Amino acid sequence: MLRINCPFCGLRDHHEFTYGGDATVERPALSERSMEAWYQYVFVRTNPAGWMQEYWQHTGGCRAWLVVERNTRTHEIGATHLARDRITEVDRG
Amino acid sequence: MAEQFMRLPHGGRVDRDNPRRFRFDGDEFQGLAGDTLASALLANGVHLTGRSFKLHRPRGIVSAGVEEPNALLTLRSHSRTEPNIPATMAELCDGLQAKSQNRWPRLAFDALAINDLASRFLPAGFYYKTFMGPTRGAWMYYEPWIRRAAGLGKPTHTADPDRYEREHAFCDVLVVGCGAAGLAAALAAARAGRRVFVLEQHAVAGGQLLSEPADSNAEQWRRACLDELTAQPNVTLLLRTTAFGLYDGGVVGAVERVSDHLPVPPADTPRQRTWNLHAERIVLATGATERPLLFGNNDRPGIMLAEAARRYLNHFAVLPGRRIVVQTNNDSAYAAAAELAAAGANVHVADTRANLDDTVIQPAAAAGATIAPASRIDSAQGYLRVEGVTLHGPDGRHKRRCDLVCVAGGWSPNVHLAAQRGERPTYRCDLGAFVPAGLPDDIATAGAVAGTLATADAVAEGWRVGGEAAGTDAGEAIAAPTTAAAPGYLAANNTDVGEPRPQQGKVFVDWQNDVSVKDVELAWREGYRSVEHLKRYTTLGMGTDQGRTSNINALKLMASLRGQDIPTTGTTTFRPPFTPVALGALAGRRAGPHFRAQRCTPMYDLHCERDAAFVTAGAWLRPWYYRTHGHDVDTASIHEMRAVRENVGMVDASTLGKIDVQGPDAAAFLDRVYVNGWRKLPVGRCRYGAMLRDDGFVLDDGTTSRLGENHYFMTTTTGEAAVVMSWLEYLLETAWPELRVHVTSVTDQWAAIAVAGPNSKRVLEAALSGVDLDDGELPPMGVRDDVCGDGLPVRLLRVSFSGERAYEVYTPAGYGDALWRRIEAAGADFGITAYGLEALGGLRIEKGHPIASEIDGRTTLEDIGLGAMDRGHKRFVGDVLRHRPALAAADRRRLVGLKPIDPRQPLRAGGLVFPNSARVEGHGIGHITSVTWSVELQTHVALALVEGGREREGDIVDAVSPVHDERLQVEIVSPVFIDPEGSRLHA
Amino acid sequence: MQAYSAWNLFTHALRGHKQWPEAWRKRAPKSGYDAIIVGGGGHGLATAYYLARNHGIRNVAVLEKGWIGGGNVGRNTTIVRSNYMIGGNTPFYEWSMKLWEGLAHDLNFNVMLSQRGHMILAHSADQLHAFTRKANTMRAHGIDAEILDRDALLREVPYLNDAPDARFRFHGAIVQRRGGTARHDAVAWGYARAADRLGVEIIENCAVEDFIVEGGRIKGVETSQGTIRAERVGLAVAGHSSELGRKLDLELPIESHVLQAFVTEPVKPLVDHVIAFGAELFYLSQSDKGGLVFGGSIDGYNSYAARGNLPIVHNVAELACAVAPCFSRLRLLRHWGGVMDMSMDGSPIISKTPIDNLYFNGGWNYLGFKATPASGWTFAHTIANDAPHELNACYSLDRFRHGVQLDEEGTGPFPRLH
Repeated sequence: MLRINCPFCGLRDHHEFTYGGDATVERPALSERSMEAWYQYVFVRTNPAGWMQEYWQHTGGCRAWLVVERNTRTHEIGATHLARDRITEVDRG
Repeated sequence: MAEQFMRLPHGGRVDRDNPRRFRFDGDEFQGLAGDTLASALLANGVHLTGRSFKLHRPRGIVSAGVEEPNALLTLRSHSRTEPNIPATMAELCDGLQAKSQNRWPRLAFDALAINDLASRFLPAGFYYKTFMGPTRGAWMYYEPWIRRAAGLGKPTHTADPDRYEREHAFCDVLVVGCGAAGLAAALAAARAGRRVFVLEQHAVAGGQLLSEPADSNAEQWRRACLDELTAQPNVTLLLRTTAFGLYDGGVVGAVERVSDHLPVPPADTPRQRTWNLHAERIVLATGATERPLLFGNNDRPGIMLAEAARRYLNHFAVLPGRRIVVQTNNDSAYAAAAELAAAGANVHVADTRANLDDTVIQPAAAAGATIAPASRIDSAQGYLRVEGVTLHGPDGRHKRRCDLVCVAGGWSPNVHLAAQRGERPTYRCDLGAFVPAGLPDDIATAGAVAGTLATADAVAEGWRVGGEAAGTDAGEAIAAPTTAAAPGYLAANNTDVGEPRPQQGKVFVDWQNDVSVKDVELAWREGYRSVEHLKRYTTLGMGTDQGRTSNINALKLMASLRGQDIPTTGTTTFRPPFTPVALGALAGRRAGPHFRAQRCTPMYDLHCERDAAFVTAGAWLRPWYYRTHGHDVDTASIHEMRAVRENVGMVDASTLGKIDVQGPDAAAFLDRVYVNGWRKLPVGRCRYGAMLRDDGFVLDDGTTSRLGENHYFMTTTTGEAAVVMSWLEYLLETAWPELRVHVTSVTDQWAAIAVAGPNSKRVLEAALSGVDLDDGELPPMGVRDDVCGDGLPVRLLRVSFSGERAYEVYTPAGYGDALWRRIEAAGADFGITAYGLEALGGLRIEKGHPIASEIDGRTTLEDIGLGAMDRGHKRFVGDVLRHRPALAAADRRRLVGLKPIDPRQPLRAGGLVFPNSARVEGHGIGHITSVTWSVELQTHVALALVEGGREREGDIVDAVSPVHDERLQVEIVSPVFIDPEGSRLHA
Repeated sequence: MQAYSAWNLFTHALRGHKQWPEAWRKRAPKSGYDAIIVGGGGHGLATAYYLARNHGIRNVAVLEKGWIGGGNVGRNTTIVRSNYMIGGNTPFYEWSMKLWEGLAHDLNFNVMLSQRGHMILAHSADQLHAFTRKANTMRAHGIDAEILDRDALLREVPYLNDAPDARFRFHGAIVQRRGGTARHDAVAWGYARAADRLGVEIIENCAVEDFIVEGGRIKGVETSQGTIRAERVGLAVAGHSSELGRKLDLELPIESHVLQAFVTEPVKPLVDHVIAFGAELFYLSQSDKGGLVFGGSIDGYNSYAARGNLPIVHNVAELACAVAPCFSRLRLLRHWGGVMDMSMDGSPIISKTPIDNLYFNGGWNYLGFKATPASGWTFAHTIANDAPHELNACYSLDRFRHGVQLDEEGTGPFPRLH
């Protein structure tokens, strides 16, 4: 059973969370008109074998969207951040 | 013969004061409390317990544990029938019924034993080579016979009457296995003050220590350890509990057989309980399993693992045979030989090794056993019970009569659990065995599973590992007990598995699946040489025992055929569960009505009182129709629809998804999420909106109201409520964190009742005293929060799904019941009619409103007639990919109405649309999505998605339903069947 | 003598079965081939077989990194059916079904196709309507389909949980009588043996480590057993498509997920159909050996681990007991996982690629096993003709760019939801 450390709620079981997929695909700005850019975002996945950053929502808890580092080969879980924080950091950076 | 004539007068850990009666194949026997079914049968001299899977050879009890391949019985009867239970694991309770399996007409005479005689025509994988003729579908004729011959026990079709539970628990240290190493590890962790869970699959803790005599030093040690453990408040010892799987995150799945040792579960007790144990650290002390040896007819009843014989002797006080041949290739059999001889049996040890260590064999010799070095069994005699063996030694061949053969082929660590999380086990040549490898940091092993078989070493290792798991140095280990058992791992060069090519008899590697040495050789010859191919081709190791006693011998055979060593040959993958687990235990309480959570609206009880027939809509239960309105759904829903069209009706709309949207950027947010615009929507008004997925298909629709400058109230469809909520949160947290908006699901906070029909306003005026419903105050698409004169809060939306004048009245969920009663009472004078989902659907079809049948995840805005919503002057989710060529193609199926030319003919939901008189071939030009009887038009009407859409209005096409053998002509019409001008909203 | 038949089984028996040849010969790779198929699973082996049989291309190697049939062809729940509704799916899976019906004879290997009937249970009138559309679509394609009402369903499967307090009661079912099961391992071995007899070389323990691409055209592969050149290369490595695709800079609309499968202890005949639940993804049948074989949905997160976790184990056990409460006392013997290609619309990809003479077969979602024959058939056609067969034209790699989504469930571009 995967166990995810929610920054708000602590270490919780997998069944409290909903998977949100690859968190490294970058969503185009709403003003982006390129069909190719949206195609890449919606459909193309790198699908790494190993460490991956992915979205999970704590639907059975605080409902925060998280970015979780997880190894797709071993199911080992690494660092967990609030999705909101991560974006803010990127913006600042 | 006297009852329990093989029970010894003294010794053992059975309760001689508590006899237990039981039945086996109809015959009544007696055993003792503390017996297993196997020990009780052996006490009565019964070895023959079953027939093998394929060849129907007679089989007996081989082991005293979970590795039992043969003695699988069907326990209990009727709805509590349990097939395939190893007699070695079934505790004896009074009145227990057991039946042998896979035999007809009876165990001692089985008609299908003819398979054994014909076995040369039934080699491994024979079914791949035949049963293909005479015709292409011939297998269908053979299969029923094969299915009947296969399978083991006979299950029941009757519902299981027992109850199960699931429990979560957390601990610092979890110790799996309660033998010497496990006890030491648990004690070390317990003394360090950690929360400790200890699991033991048997009813009695002790593992291999239970094979030591009940008056031994080892027994005193075992009891002392257990006394200390059970006295500790921080220790939970679960007996009859099997850890069946190691999963990610330090979670261990375990099943506790709470009541299986009782005739039936007590009223307040589950039969079994599944544990999800969350452990910081795990210590696996799962022990080792003895291996059998190969020789001709090595499967005859009365051939048993040496360790099992010793367990029956010392733990159950049963002498499993009086004239015994022990075949061994290692030291561990000598304790059994000595003790069996001391108990009065005639014991002869045939050791495959030429040079024997005197100190090892001396106790057995002293007890009267004869010992023959470099001696091996060529084959066994007897049919329903072993009667003798042919021994082959330096002095040639000779026969020896016996009634029990004990085999000791060395030990295999129980690496199963460790291998589920770690890497594949590695082969240690010095032990002749696989041991766990590549374990994660939170898992450690101790004792025999780690290759540490000598009791004193196992205790020391358990103590050390337990201390480490507890995060302390436990210091000097507790004193270890003295045991008679000798280490049973094989010497480095000993790969002797016995006699694979005897002069007579079949040599079985896998008893349960009847895989013989010849089958392994055939697999090799035909190229099925990887261990996985070997397993799959011969079914080796795929039985209920998971090949515990067979795998290593098969590997050795294959390795020698391939001319390779065992490490190169490798092992198969170890999969959970460790031992079979009842599905009911895994389901726990989520069975019957509790299978899935059920959502009921605040007015649920009222609907029940009014005799509603309910329908499942996702998690919700919704009134489908009211039985008081008709004897079936069609009659009742037509009555209910007519009431709305002609008078007034009320429907529970509480299941709609409701989302409160607040913040300075709320309008901007909605503008991005919805296709249509929201900035200009005045406060106090609502608007119908549709939203898309990123890929441009329609996600959901609903009305959203502006309650204040920065405050909106969104409704979604019932089915998509959770999806939309998560989607909005996703967008706000991952894409647009700069937007100052907060969304909150308020679905459960509001009850909602839609009141629809020409008299709806009058009813509400009477029901909601003090609330102004004047059309000037509340025009179509108007919204208002208000409070009735007596304090009942309401939120009114003037929206209509039916096309009639209608209101959605919301009230905080706790008032839902009161609001319903109030409207109902006020409406009584008007003859108000409650209506259900079927009528609601019919009314919306007449108005051409799309719902999930049309918004099915594959339709675009244009497909459902909402293309005009995109005015092209703002950006919104999905607005780029919705222009992909295939989504914009002219021949897409688009929403239309269908009306039969002959109004008496019924339309079918799920029908297809083909051009008039065209052959029904392929996908056609459209399909019918929804159908209703139109009260107003007195005919069936349908919504359909048809190529070309409304450009085809007026065309005559065919609606076909091949499964009903129906075809009728229909006209393509506007999907809005009634009141296209919308004048009734003002009626 | 080498043909499999009752007579030859008999004559070999008289000789102690000592003269059976290898089912497929053990080979070392040559320096080059006309075509290489990467992946010795069901699809790769079927492709090689049909390349040789249908197109006369026999100088073919199948490269398998481990042992053949070790991927999902040997891990699935063995269900075969052709009850699909959307676009090209309907004819494609029906062609597969037709090939299944002759497969044992074509391959001279008993794949034990058991057409015992496949049914999906409906739990509401609306769901039965949706199934009616599916059934009508099938019938309009000449595929057998029936709609059972509630009474007919319970007559045929009386042990379903129809207790008044059952959480999901039954309104009926859609049935395809020709649907059923087949012996999964036999499919891989049967194709391997038949392809071998046509000259195809099956090379096990040969991992592809890189590709040779010159001037936008594939020229061969680098493997653990050396360089192998080839005119054409087909990838059929579902589950690991992205890992190989990465070496070729292929953009793939695919995620790898773990799907678990389950089997109980063998018991005497109990379930005579393939039964699928309607309210959630769950499907169950009884193997000829007697074990109940069942599965549910994927674990729901990207994974290459080939093992699943407890939530799905609990989930499918709950579902089994919801279908029939008598299953509650049956015991789960084993559960395992397979790594699946999940595509963005739930439908597969059998396609040319941006690299000349490189062809891609993957994205099989839950569909791979039943599709094996048609997948091999059409992929071989695509490789032989450098153009898709009419049956797989809809499965192009670039369909998403054009807006074609073959979304049977309507769940959108979310692999975890298909």
